[in-house]
Amino acid sequence: MSAPPTDRAAAELRSGPPGVDPALLYRPPGTVDRPTALALYRQLTRMRQFEKRAYDLFLQNLVKGTSHLSLGMEAVAAGFGEAMHPEDYTFATYRGHAHTLARGTSMTGVMGELLGRDNGLLHGKGGSMHLTDVGNGVMGSYAIVGAHLAIALGAGWSAQYRGEPRVAVAFFGDGTTNIGAFHEALNLAAVWKLPVVFVCENNLYMEYTPIGDVTAVDRPAADRAASYGLEHILIDGNDADAVYLTAMQFLDRARTGGGPALIEAQTYRSGGHSRADPGKYKGVEEAAAWAQYDPTDVYRARLRQAGVADEEIVAIDAEAAHEVDVATEAAKAAPPPGPDRLMTNVWADGGAAWRN
Amino acid sequence: MAQLSYREAVSRGIAQEMARDGRVMLIGEDIGGAGGVFKTTGGLSEQFGRTRVVDTPISEQAILGAAMGAAMTGLRPIAEIMFADFFAVCWDIVVNEIAKMRYMTNGQVTMPLVIKSGNGGSLRMGAQHSQSVENWAMAVPGLKVVTPSTPLDVVGLMAAAVRCDDPVLFFEHKGLYASKGEVPDGEIVDELGKAAIRRPGKDATVLALGLMVGRALDAAEELAREGIDVEVIDVRSLVPLDTQTLLTSISRTGRLFTVEENPRLLGWGAEIASIAADECFWDLDMPIRRITTPHIPLPSADSLEDAVLPSVDRIVQDVRKGVYL
Repeated sequence: MSAPPTDRAAAELRSGPPGVDPALLYRPPGTVDRPTALALYRQLTRMRQFEKRAYDLFLQNLVKGTSHLSLGMEAVAAGFGEAMHPEDYTFATYRGHAHTLARGTSMTGVMGELLGRDNGLLHGKGGSMHLTDVGNGVMGSYAIVGAHLAIALGAGWSAQYRGEPRVAVAFFGDGTTNIGAFHEALNLAAVWKLPVVFVCENNLYMEYTPIGDVTAVDRPAADRAASYGLEHILIDGNDADAVYLTAMQFLDRARTGGGPALIEAQTYRSGGHSRADPGKYKGVEEAAAWAQYDPTDVYRARLRQAGVADEEIVAIDAEAAHEVDVATEAAKAAPPPGPDRLMTNVWADGGAAWRN
Repeated sequence: MAQLSYREAVSRGIAQEMARDGRVMLIGEDIGGAGGVFKTTGGLSEQFGRTRVVDTPISEQAILGAAMGAAMTGLRPIAEIMFADFFAVCWDIVVNEIAKMRYMTNGQVTMPLVIKSGNGGSLRMGAQHSQSVENWAMAVPGLKVVTPSTPLDVVGLMAAAVRCDDPVLFFEHKGLYASKGEVPDGEIVDELGKAAIRRPGKDATVLALGLMVGRALDAAEELAREGIDVEVIDVRSLVPLDTQTLLTSISRTGRLFTVEENPRLLGWGAEIASIAADECFWDLDMPIRRITTPHIPLPSADSLEDAVLPSVDRIVQDVRKGVYL
């Protein structure tokens, strides 16, 4: 069984993200109905429990290589995942497990890929950092910072040219805002009015370094938006409702020809950058403050406040725990990919030949 | 049949494919309104409109990212990187993204795109606008690499590249843009992965690419006057590589020379020399000789650039020396 999610009482929780002036936060229009709220919670708890399990499996040396978890940041993936249409495109980073799960990808396929098994989404040829599930709109997870913003631009260009009501959504970290590809992609998406939504998950750290130490503006993404003629949108990235409603608004605008948006979601990475990083450079007080604003805790308290019965919440958690257990066992039981996978799919003919 | 310049052939090939397939797009700097800085895309924006022939800012990562994202989602873009030297500012998209995506996803993604680029020296443009970089691309699994040397090949190989479901780097030689050749009317489609024997011969095999093909042919004429019968092969396609044609010739003549514009180390000829040494060593009558630019950045002045790019004289001397060894 998966460890039960933390369950802080409402009284222990903060009412907003630490260190953020509430006046700066964008308040999206609309409200979240009950089925959507339950769906958001289901996503939050699935992602949380999946990432915790992934961490446990690293410690057991069953997940090799490197891996980057979204613990503490699940509300961004959940909010956008629920708001996106099936035909929309997700472009994720190497921290992409949650974004992949958010689109309906099989958890077993994701777990299998992390464990390097043949039942993995990519049959072990991609790994944790390259999760892709084209059938569900996950157009890839990209591990070179910035590149996928430009690639998402292309998917938006293609949708615009074909007249299809699709939006490409690129998720990226605060560190990405200082690389050239970010600026190239933003500019061209704005010039061409493309259906692309750029979502910065500001978790305060570019890898190991506080983003504020290396960035010329306070808000690494939102403060740059004006350079591209876009609005300043800073949202509470730990509030799944705020994320969902903002996503609905700007996805709809992009889908109907209103052009791109750049959204900065303030959140916090409760773990380290990657598997190798215990995150000791983070302040104890800072971490404690953000622990009181954990997105799953916040949402569970909100559901209770809205009158959702404890049993229903527990049942959603248990269902997610079961899904994680099933995925784990299936991955552990699956064989590793065989050598017959190696020389395949370099080319569209299925092979790898470079000479006759 | 028409006499076309190499640069006109580029736009002829692109126009043929854009007219045939509405998914084919053209994207790059100055390609639309200006018709390209090398005038290889003249008339295309008038013929196909500004939504299919798209001018971009100076943003090579965005250009190739746009082409990649479009290729992954159903279009078949042709992107231009103006000078091949500029690949250095967007090489991440080429090498880490475009080349690897199909393999990493075990075939979930198809990448039908062409990146055309002005490659090579002889125009006195100095070290940052003259490089021959086919070997950069050849070193990366997942990229196909072609370099046409004639207007006819430009049209046919462009068509083959556009119709290919894999990413193709299409290296146009800047020094050949003004050259002319016969191009038949009607649709022309060539094949990737095929070398062309430009001059049959029995005494030595000389492999060349791009601008070097003409120099090798001139050298062969000179050597013929001395009784040395040289076979000149235009390699055309580095990936896939037509080893059958190359090795058959090398085994027959017993002598292999490569004429490479790239700097010495790890040029395209080095790989072919290695394959020849592996697979037809016992047919060779002399050591394999690579004729290359020295391992230096390209200088700008006429006298200096002429002294370092393989010349007709150097090819003649090296082949003569080898044959009389």
